[in-house]
Parts: sequence; structure tokens; C-alpha cells
Amino acid sequence: MLFELVWSQDKSSFLIGEATHGHHQIELACATCHTSPFGGGEVIQDACVGCHGQELASAEDSHPKAKFTDPRNADRLAVLDATECVTCHLEHQNEQTRAMGVTLADDFCWHCHQDVAAERPSHEGMEFDTCASAGCHNYHDNKALYENFLVKHANEADVFMSAKRPLREAVTQYLANNPNTKALTVADIELVEQAPGEVYQHWQASTHATVGIACNDCHQSADGIWQQQPKIQLCQNCHQQEWENFTQSHHGMRLSDKLTQTLSPMTPAQGRLAFQPSSLAAEMTCSTCHGPHELNVEKAASESCLSCHADEHSLAFEQSPHGQLWQQELAGEINKGEGVSCATCHMPVVEQGKQHQVMHNVNHNLRPNEKMLRTVCMNCHGLAFSIDALADKDLIKNNFLHAPSVHIESIDMALERLK
Amino acid sequence: MKNTLKMTLAASSIAILTACGGDKEAGISPQQFTDALHLVMDSDRAVYTKKVVGRLTKEEKVIKASEHFMDDKALPLPAQMFRFGAETVAEKTDEFTYSLQSLWPINSQNAPVTAVEKEGLQFIVDNPGKNFYKEETLGGKNYFTAIYPDVAVAPVCASCHNDHKDSPKTDFKVGDVMGGVVIRVPLG
Ligand code: HEC
Ligand code: HEM
Ligand code: HEM
Ligand code: HEM
Repeated sequence: MLFELVWSQDKSSFLIGEATHGHHQIELACATCHTSPFGGGEVIQDACVGCHGQELASAEDSHPKAKFTDPRNADRLAVLDATECVTCHLEHQNEQTRAMGVTLADDFCWHCHQDVAAERPSHEGMEFDTCASAGCHNYHDNKALYENFLVKHANEADVFMSAKRPLREAVTQYLANNPNTKALTVADIELVEQAPGEVYQHWQASTHATVGIACNDCHQSADGIWQQQPKIQLCQNCHQQEWENFTQSHHGMRLSDKLTQTLSPMTPAQGRLAFQPSSLAAEMTCSTCHGPHELNVEKAASESCLSCHADEHSLAFEQSPHGQLWQQELAGEINKGEGVSCATCHMPVVEQGKQHQVMHNVNHNLRPNEKMLRTVCMNCHGLAFSIDALADKDLIKNNFLHAPSVHIESIDMALERLK
Repeated sequence: MKNTLKMTLAASSIAILTACGGDKEAGISPQQFTDALHLVMDSDRAVYTKKVVGRLTKEEKVIKASEHFMDDKALPLPAQMFRFGAETVAEKTDEFTYSLQSLWPINSQNAPVTAVEKEGLQFIVDNPGKNFYKEETLGGKNYFTAIYPDVAVAPVCASCHNDHKDSPKTDFKVGDVMGGVVIRVPLG
């Protein structure tokens, strides 16, 4: 009873320590993770898996819980309980939290792999805090780092002649699957008093008109009443995948259906990164990046980003070779697909289910950044070049202004072992 | 079926089970349980190897089998299929666990870890045709552990392992015991 009383009120006083970068946006939706006030680790574990389980599965997690529950691992688990997320990722422990929310010392691989040099002489003398930090291994996602992959992509050029990013194909796919779709123009619809003329022009030129979606499809409620400002949740009726991805990201997580409590959309003012002062109050919803009528996805791919993001990396983008290519693509000087925008790296077109769709979770490939190798970098660059570039901290700061100045030896080592 | 097993396995050790052999309520012994599980596992793996991998890769030649089946859009190898099954079981129950192990593993995760695993894998190599059964204590709990030999029934078993760059042994021959299936059941 007492518990209910306090629990339902402002909870900021209960915070035992600042939440990590990953969770600070939802730190006051306590019950999302603490599903039961008296629950222990297993309750929290369910919450972790509820939000992150799918991602781990698609990363082909190298250390899934199921590999550790066999009693033969009892001795190992006594040292490090790898069956629970919180063993490595403690929340509210700001002082000891490292990259990716890891709260263990960086040499944690040692606990189970101390004798690695016996099998791999090349690893003799390597420090255990370098395994996961040198661009060689990750604890969960090794999809682009396993030995045969390194060998298969050894000796690739730094930049491919055929360099091109995958293009969006959702609209062509939709039209192919729905051959009876009829495109609409202003002449086909009933004009609405409340709307200024430019809205009609924007709409008529947009994908929505191409696929026969008009005003009432979004602006009318189920019982036929005009909605001047449709809610963002409406978008998900047609854009389920985008919604799911968006609400898993640092852009949309405050709107996630998985939260036990409704939060307002994220704004730069609530963020921990550097933002444009003029953007601080901007609320992050679908139409923030591509307006509801214009649906301009080119603008959404870098102009929108830069209207808010103002950290060193973001501000360096326009001067970078990628940014220059993007300007050339927008000006029609090079082919579509040859430019690189913010979205090319952070919201790439990837295979989801059987379709190629824009990945609306900007965090899906962010950390560890080797996640970008397969779906982003390797469309245009060889594996060795890409690994080196992602391991070069200065390059990330200046948004890939020059060739990498560090070299990661993983491919060399993989080739050496074949000899 | 599952509930009876749980009750008998949890309530009794093998000694009690065999001692009251006449009692109809006693249910099946841990060894009967692991023997039955092994029969299912072994048959499923043989069927997958023959009717799926063998047929599609060698007879009909429509697809390859590959260790990197996701990237190669190929079939998982029988040993991987077996391990994925074991990992799926581990997600659903802790009433038994199993794995395919070897003293000379390609995947170092399949090397024996406990004293009984090491003893048993050596035993089945030294005593062809025999299974190995023993109780062991792990993390303060008692287990019944059964180990069944895994034999190179076809030349490809030996050649694929011998040629693999991660294999510590390169002279397997047809008929060799290459490793063993380890099945473990918690006791009382
Ligand atoms: C195409 C190559 C290939 C063939 C053919 C093959 N294996 Fe394997 N085997 C592997 C690989 C790869 C692994 C490691 C799987 C894993 O990741 O757990 C493995 C694992 C094993 C293991 C577990 C220990 C270890 O080496 O990791 C045993 C035992 C085994 N195989 C026996 C057999 C037998 C018996 C046959 C024939 C019926 C056979 N293998 C056929 C490639 C092969
Ligand atoms: C396609 C364009 C954009 C790209 C590529 C992009 C990229 C990113 C990335 C990668 C992150 C995650 C950073 C992290 O986890 O450390 C992020 C977070 C964020 N972005 Fe964007 N962004 C874009 C547009 C915008 C816009 C238009 C706004 C403002 C309305 C915005 C506001 C934010 C905020 C508030 C965060 C969360 C910061 C925090 O939690 O501290 N972004 N963005
Ligand atoms: C849940 C809200 C959102 C919905 C429903 C949505 C929907 C869509 C759809 C349907 C497309 C076209 C996809 C395709 O052709 O494959 C698209 C493209 C795009 N969206 Fe969104 N979106 C949302 C939020 C956002 C946000 C917040 C941003 C910016 C941070 C954004 C940036 C982009 C970009 C950059 C593209 C085009 C990328 C390219 O051309 O490669 N979207 N969106
Ligand atoms: C103006 C366009 C871009 C925007 C708004 C943007 C935004 C961001 C943000 C907000 C972060 C997180 C920074 C932090 O945590 O302090 C980030 C990191 C990163 N971005 Fe971008 N980005 C842009 C362009 C690019 C491009 C074109 C690439 C790829 C060539 C790229 C690759 C990366 C990488 C590798 C990281 C680092 C991840 C890590 O190691 O933590 N970004 N970006």
C-alpha cells in the first residue's frame, strides 16, 4: 500500500545514480525495467531481453545465454555469470560505466580466455583490454570479424570502382505487390478548407499521392471526424517496420510501446550530445525529418540531421569527401547512390524480412562501430580499409576527412594462419 | 510424461531407482532417460545428414552445406544443427542438457571441460562400441552424465575434419571414434 503510494508519484528522488547514455531518456519510466518492486536479477533480465533480444539474435550473438546454462560451465559462471546482462551492464553506476554501458574492467575476456596463446601463438603477449577495443573482436556481434570473413575479404581495394550505396526500393516493391494502386492528383480529392494551398502541391508531388493515399486517410478519425493534427502513432498503421525501428533508437525510444508509461517525444534539450541552440525545443517525431506532406527524404538524409546535431563529427560532415559527394549527388553531377549522406551510414537501406527498407533505428549499427562494416562501409570500401578507418578515433571526429592512420592487424593474422 | 520424469528424477538417485525396481511408480531410470534421448538425437542427426544434406548437396546438387551457412546462404552442417538444437533446449528447460564434444574439437567450445567429460571421452575412444555413464557434482549439484561415442561413419567425416584449419587432429579414419554426445541430467 505504502509502496503503491510512493511508486505512483514523481520518481526522480528514487534514482540511485545517473542512468547510462543508453537509458537516460527513459530513466523515469522505472517500471519498464523494474517490473516488480521485489524482483531480483531475473526480472530485470526479462526487461533487457524484451527490448534488446531481437537485436542480439540478428547479431548472431557469439555469447548467448544458451551457451552458458549447461552445468559444465558452472566453474566459469562462478567467476563471471554470463547468463545475465547485468553481470556486465550494471545501470546507475556512472563512475564505472565504460563504452556501450559495460561496467566490468576492459580486460574481462581474460576470465575465460586466459590460455588463448596456447592455441593462437600470434596472440602471445597481447593485453586482454585490447581484444574488444582494437577492432578485432566483440563480445556479441562478430558478423564481420570472424576469421573466414577476414580471409574472404582480404586484399580488397580501399575504394571500389563500383562504389554505390543500396537505394530505397519500398515504393517500387509496394507498387509491384499492389498492381491496382491508382495515383491521385488534386483533381481527384475533396479540398479541405483548413489547408493552405502549398500543402496540396507538396502532397501531389509526394509518394503518398503516388500510392493513392489522400488527406482523409490520415486526417479523419474512425468515426469520420476531421483531425487537424493527426497523432504520430497513426503513421505506424502503414509503417510498422519504420515505427518499430524508430522507437528502438535514441530518436524514438521515449515513444516505445514497450514503456510502461507515456513520455513526451525526445528533444535536443533533453539530450546529452551537442545540438544547435535553435533546435533545443524540436520534438522528435516522423515529421521532424520528413514533413508529412512533402515527405522529402533527401532533406531528411542530412539537412534535417544538421538542423539539430552540432557535435564535432556532425559539423565536420559537409567538408568531408562523403559530404562533398552528397552535394554533387543532390546537384545531379553524379549518379544517384554515389553520394554519402548522414543517413547512408546511420539509416542505411538494409534487408528487413524480404524487403529492402530504410533502417530507422540510428543506434542499430552505432556501437560497437564494426557493426557498420557489412551494411555500410563495404558497399564502397574494402574490409581492411574499413576496419582501420573505424578504429581511427580522429577520423570519427573529423568525419572521415582523410585515409586511416592506424592499422589493425586482424586480416594479416588470419592470412598468416593459412600459410 | 514430462511431469512424471521431473518427479522421479528430482526425488531419487539411481541407487534408489534400481533398488525399487519392482515398484511400478518408480518410473524410468536416468540411464533409460538418457539412452532414449540419445536415440532420438542420433536418429534425427542421421536423417538430417542423409535426407537433407546428403541428398541436396551430393545427389541433387542444388545447395551447399557450409559452416557459414548464413553468409553462404547454405545448409548448416549436421554438427551445427545438433548444437543449435541443444542451445534451443537450454533456453526452454534445465531438466537435461547435451552437447557434441571431442578430445580433438574443431570448435574449442566442444572440448571437454569437466573431469568426467575428459574421462568419458577417453573411455569411449579406448573401448569402441561402449557407452560411458557416471555421476558428477558441478556447482554443488549432482548430475548423471552419459557419454555416447560418435563414430566416423563415412569418409567425409574424417576428411572434412582432417582438412579443417582449426582441427587439432588430422589423421581421422573411417570407423574412428571422433568424439561423443554428452547428456547430463540433474539428480535430486
Ligand atoms: C563439411 C565438414 C564436416 C563434415 C562432413 C563433418 N563435420 Fe563434424 N564438424 C564440422 C565442424 C565445422 C564442426 C564444429 C561445429 C560447431 O561449431 O560446433 C564439427 C563438429 C563435430 C564434432 C564436435 C567436436 C568438434 O570437432 O567441434 C564431432 C564429434 C563431429 N563433428 C563428428 C563428425 C562426424 C561423426 C561426422 C560424419 C558423420 C562429421 N563430423 C562430419 C565439420 C564437419
Ligand atoms: C537523418 C538525420 C539524423 C541522423 C543521421 C541522426 C543521428 C543520430 C544518432 C546516430 C544518434 C545516436 C547518438 C548516440 O546514441 O550517441 C542520435 C541521437 C539523437 N538525435 Fe539525431 N540524427 C538525425 C536527425 C536528428 C534531428 C532532426 C534531431 C532533432 C529534432 C535529432 C535529435 C537527436 C536527439 C535528441 C538524440 C538523443 C541524444 C541523447 O540521447 O543524448 N536528430 N541522432
Ligand atoms: C516513425 C516515424 C517515421 C516513419 C513512419 C517514417 C517513414 C519513412 C518511410 C516510409 C520512408 C521511405 C522508406 C523507403 O522508401 O524504403 C522513410 C525514409 C526516410 N526516413 Fe523516415 N520515417 C519516420 C521517422 C524518421 C525520422 C525521425 C528520421 C530522421 C531522423 C527519418 C529519416 C528518413 C530518411 C533519411 C529516409 C530516406 C533515406 C534514404 O533515402 O536512403 N525518418 N521514412
Ligand atoms: C551530418 C551527418 C552525420 C550526423 C548528423 C551524424 C551523427 C552522429 C552522432 C550523433 C554520433 C554519436 C556521437 C557521439 O556519441 O558523441 C555519430 C557517431 C558515428 N558516426 Fe555519424 N553522423 C553523420 C555522418 C556520418 C557518416 C557519413 C558516417 C560514415 C561514413 C558516420 C559514421 C559514424 C561512426 C563510425 C560513429 C561512431 C560510432 C562510435 O564509434 O561510437 N557518420 N554520428
